[in-house]
Amino acid sequence: MILAAWYDLRDIGNAVGALLDQVKDWGAPDWVPYVVSSVIGIVAIFLWTVLSVLAFIWIERRVVALMQNRIGPNRVGPAGLLQPIADALKLLLKEPVTTRDADKMLFWAAPIIIFIPTIVVFAVIPFGQRMVLADLNVGVLFLIAIGAINTPAVFLAGWSSNNKYALLGAMRTIAMLISYEVVQVLALLGAVVFVGSMRLGDIVSWQHDYNVWLVFLQPLALAAYIIAGAVEMNRSPMDIAEAESEIVAGYHTEYGSIKFGFFYQAEYLAGFAIAAVIVTLYMGGWTAWGLEKWVPGWLIFLAKLYGVFFIYIWSRGTLPRLRVDQLMGFAWKFLLPLSLVNIILAGGEVLLWREAEISDNLALPAFGAVNLALAVVMVVGWGRLLGHGVGRRRGQRALLTQEVGAIFYSGSTVSEPDGAPSRPREAPSGQV
Amino acid sequence: MDDTGTVIAFWILSAITVGAALMVAATRNLIHAVVFLIVSFVGVAGLYITLSADFIAVTQVLIYVGAVSILFLFAIVLTPRAGRQNDETFLRLPALVLALLVGATLGFVAIDTDWSIAKRAGFGETASVIGEALLDKYVLPFEIASVLLLVAMLGAIILVRPEGVGGDGDS
Repeated sequence: MILAAWYDLRDIGNAVGALLDQVKDWGAPDWVPYVVSSVIGIVAIFLWTVLSVLAFIWIERRVVALMQNRIGPNRVGPAGLLQPIADALKLLLKEPVTTRDADKMLFWAAPIIIFIPTIVVFAVIPFGQRMVLADLNVGVLFLIAIGAINTPAVFLAGWSSNNKYALLGAMRTIAMLISYEVVQVLALLGAVVFVGSMRLGDIVSWQHDYNVWLVFLQPLALAAYIIAGAVEMNRSPMDIAEAESEIVAGYHTEYGSIKFGFFYQAEYLAGFAIAAVIVTLYMGGWTAWGLEKWVPGWLIFLAKLYGVFFIYIWSRGTLPRLRVDQLMGFAWKFLLPLSLVNIILAGGEVLLWREAEISDNLALPAFGAVNLALAVVMVVGWGRLLGHGVGRRRGQRALLTQEVGAIFYSGSTVSEPDGAPSRPREAPSGQV
Repeated sequence: MDDTGTVIAFWILSAITVGAALMVAATRNLIHAVVFLIVSFVGVAGLYITLSADFIAVTQVLIYVGAVSILFLFAIVLTPRAGRQNDETFLRLPALVLALLVGATLGFVAIDTDWSIAKRAGFGETASVIGEALLDKYVLPFEIASVLLLVAMLGAIILVRPEGVGGDGDS
């Protein structure tokens, strides 16, 4: 009877459901279907993550190479396709070196601690209809909480290495993660306020019911989350924690072999997790305006996920790395105030919508337009207010020189001591 | 607390929580102590889940594992002589007495209290119930707590603010 129910191959959840019904029919105790479905889900997620990571190691290297006018890996297998497998084998077979002064226990534990939460996140992600391992009613909070486990894990990795670069990298990561966690929470809250539920399944079905993706209602929140996500997954332009031109490799400087492999894979998984959260919360999850009737939901979900992940590859290939203080300042001075305003705005809109009983067809487009306009106004206006207006400093000295108030040369050597008015004198026009 | 799964989970989680808490006191290295403390926090979060208090469980992980432990780690790293062993403190005797007194008090309360089993069924969703309670019945304590946190934040900013920094902070 299982086979008869397999006609609908668009829906893997359907097949698993049929299998579970079959198990129940055999008269198994109540807990057996739970265990079976959990095992299927865990194995499926694990296989998917491993295959995706292997694929994206190759894709990312080739794409970034294209962007940077290089060729990328092209020796191992056709077009370098076997490169990730070769890399993985190399990592597996390499000797795991532990430095003499390292804290042995934590040095071993840190890669594992960092790897577990990144894969646990996928438990609450709805990959398709009925394709979620645990649709918690505190799903959004769960995502944030699991992401927060990363912070001590990174610190332990950096501290246990007993290496100054590793410790510096760990410190930077923590400062960065703590700053952007606030932004991340506020950004996710924007979506939760509209839906009125933290269950990810509810968020997807809300977007499906109202036929609108939350990105149109919360553009600023999505932008903030994409930036905070880049920090969370530790990718360029936010990869100050492992800035190779400054602190070797940050918190995993001392790690080699498969222990480094864990960090590497955890980083990719964090990337997929962030992309999955963006897709689920802001881009309708596995639904796509009726397309899900014809195409399997999980395929839509994965297509969106890889599309979002491509943004991160793109930004890695094109944007320069931020400085530490710039990154923190950006979180606290720019993203945080805007996110707070955005939350108040979203709350007010939902209140208005519920209390005044405006029809959905009128309210949602209006909210979308207002939010988009206000997002643009706030980003430009707040940026101007902080002195980062476009064109304002064009033709002047480099920003770094202005901000540090450091030595600069114009004809004769002039140095500005601390406390001197750091607004620089006008450079002669036409002179670089 | 009736089905086998919950009982097994309770004992495993209790063993993890208590064992890790003992290791916090037993281990010599302060950073290791914080790691065991984190394990203990996670165990407590698991116990909350067996009580179907999912919101509290997730919040426990978020706040204690993600934030409080970081505070401890930073406090240890930024303390002079943090690398020293955990056992040479001259407060050993007072600490022992205090710990015994706290343990005796808690034990007495645990034994003496007439624990009644709640008749009411558990909440289906705790998050919305807690949210409504916080913003309805207990809105004043909630607001006082947020004002307190705001004051603490501003105090921290003022403490580390360098002398002579002017108004706009943009230069």
